[in-house]
Amino acid sequence: MPQRMSIAESREVRMAWLFAAPALLAIALVAAFPVLWTFWESLHRHDLRLPWLGRPFVGLSNYREAFTDARAWSAIAHTLFFTATTVSAELALGLALALGLNRPLRARGPLRAAALLPWAMPTVVAALIWRFMFESPGGSSWFVDPLAAWVPIVLADVWKMMPFVALLLLAGLQNIDHSMYEAAALDGAGPVRQFAFITLPLLRPAIAAAVVFRSLDAFRVFDVIYVMTGGGPGTATEPISLYAFTALFRDLRFGFGSALAMMVFFVSFFLALAWIRLLATPESVT
Amino acid sequence: MRRWLPTFATWLLVGAGLFPLYWVVAASLGPESSLFEGRSVIPSVIVFDHYRALFDERDFLIPIRNSLIVASATTLLAVTAGSLCAYALARLRFRGKTTILAAVLAISMFPQVAIVSPLFLALRAAGLINTYPGLILPYLTFAMPLSIWLLVGFFRQLPDDIEEAGLIDGASRIRTFWEIVVPLSWPGVTATAILTFLYSWNEFLFALSFTLEPERYTVPVAIALFRGQYQVAWGQILAAAIVATIPVALLVLIAQRRIVGGLTAGAVKG
Repeated sequence: MPQRMSIAESREVRMAWLFAAPALLAIALVAAFPVLWTFWESLHRHDLRLPWLGRPFVGLSNYREAFTDARAWSAIAHTLFFTATTVSAELALGLALALGLNRPLRARGPLRAAALLPWAMPTVVAALIWRFMFESPGGSSWFVDPLAAWVPIVLADVWKMMPFVALLLLAGLQNIDHSMYEAAALDGAGPVRQFAFITLPLLRPAIAAAVVFRSLDAFRVFDVIYVMTGGGPGTATEPISLYAFTALFRDLRFGFGSALAMMVFFVSFFLALAWIRLLATPESVT
Repeated sequence: MRRWLPTFATWLLVGAGLFPLYWVVAASLGPESSLFEGRSVIPSVIVFDHYRALFDERDFLIPIRNSLIVASATTLLAVTAGSLCAYALARLRFRGKTTILAAVLAISMFPQVAIVSPLFLALRAAGLINTYPGLILPYLTFAMPLSIWLLVGFFRQLPDDIEEAGLIDGASRIRTFWEIVVPLSWPGVTATAILTFLYSWNEFLFALSFTLEPERYTVPVAIALFRGQYQVAWGQILAAAIVATIPVALLVLIAQRRIVGGLTAGAVKG
């Protein structure tokens, strides 16, 4: 009997690998292998404008250059600023919307669909819509000021991604056992206390998941800034992804650009691990 | 606390979210002269000039066709191969599947900028720059992990004994998969397909890097590179923004429940 079980089991294992192979091969080919390639490039001096120099191995010198480059540091600062402002605003507004949608409402389905619309549209389109709204007749004054230019950028991203955060939190809210509120109400706890002592603590895993996930996404921001300001005025709103993209495709410095790109990768990877750990904990939303 | 106040606030929040869309629809239907001069959110006259120019002068049908082809092919490939893989990960017993699932999830988080340059070099070497496969293959980097992750969630929800019934009947694994598992999780499969299509339709960075001529631009690239020669053609940009949004808006309105189900079941991708 154990012998026959193991034959059936090994057949199942072979079957499983056969089923999984096409998708996993595709992922390895188009995602895993290119990342290794980028890492390899980042250790070499590779300048497409100067092909006669070849592609000599230079160790970590591209990373050293990135760490002593003022433009790279301000790009990192811009990225962190963008991440902090958008994620906190999306969390605050998303929580408000989730609480609202979690109530007994007429037309909840259509309302939810309407709330989701900005999220579903291309980021490029969202950025252009906000650029249009901030464009003033006598020349674009918002976009020539290094600080004011952030306003439409942040607003566009918050507008687009807030509904997504709201949905994640709404799913968390719907998992909360309603009888807890009834018991609290019997004990005389008002809505504020119910929110502080029931909703918030029980929603914490959902909030944590939303924050990590949105941070991960915000840290690699590209589309919205590329379209809205192109990183300008000057490089005043340039995030690290856009700097890497410019180094790669405009300056054609593949070694240095790859080092910048790998920096985005390492931070994202760290956040992704945190995200996976959150998902793996049993009390999480999913 | 009055009962109407939170309800009112919810409507206000959703309404505020819709206002930019309304403004853009109204502006795209007005004459060019009223875009900035004496800005008003209520159009005085309705003209279709911008839409006409968009299709007559700009040939906006070309990027729409490109986007439809690329997004549909990506979705088809990702959902077909992804569902087989997800079935193995969700319902078959073999060692290492937790690791594979975690790796798939980690890869779905890869920043695009970290792989765009090798993909460019590889596509150029293969002569695939400026072609449909040159976009469809890179799109699998996010579409495949997304499909797998979502479908694993849906397949796991099926009861344990369905395959046993199929196997006792002597049906092969692959027949059990196609004739029992897929039909039973059809809502999940469509949710996955819709989300994959949305992400492919909206993708920008790869399309910007791997297409060089307007003939192959996708909708987001065409709109982003819309600048007129002397001045920004805002009227046409806004009309294009509305046209680009219509397909995804329809998907959201028709399949809202499934999209929400898919997003919150997998809780992935933004």
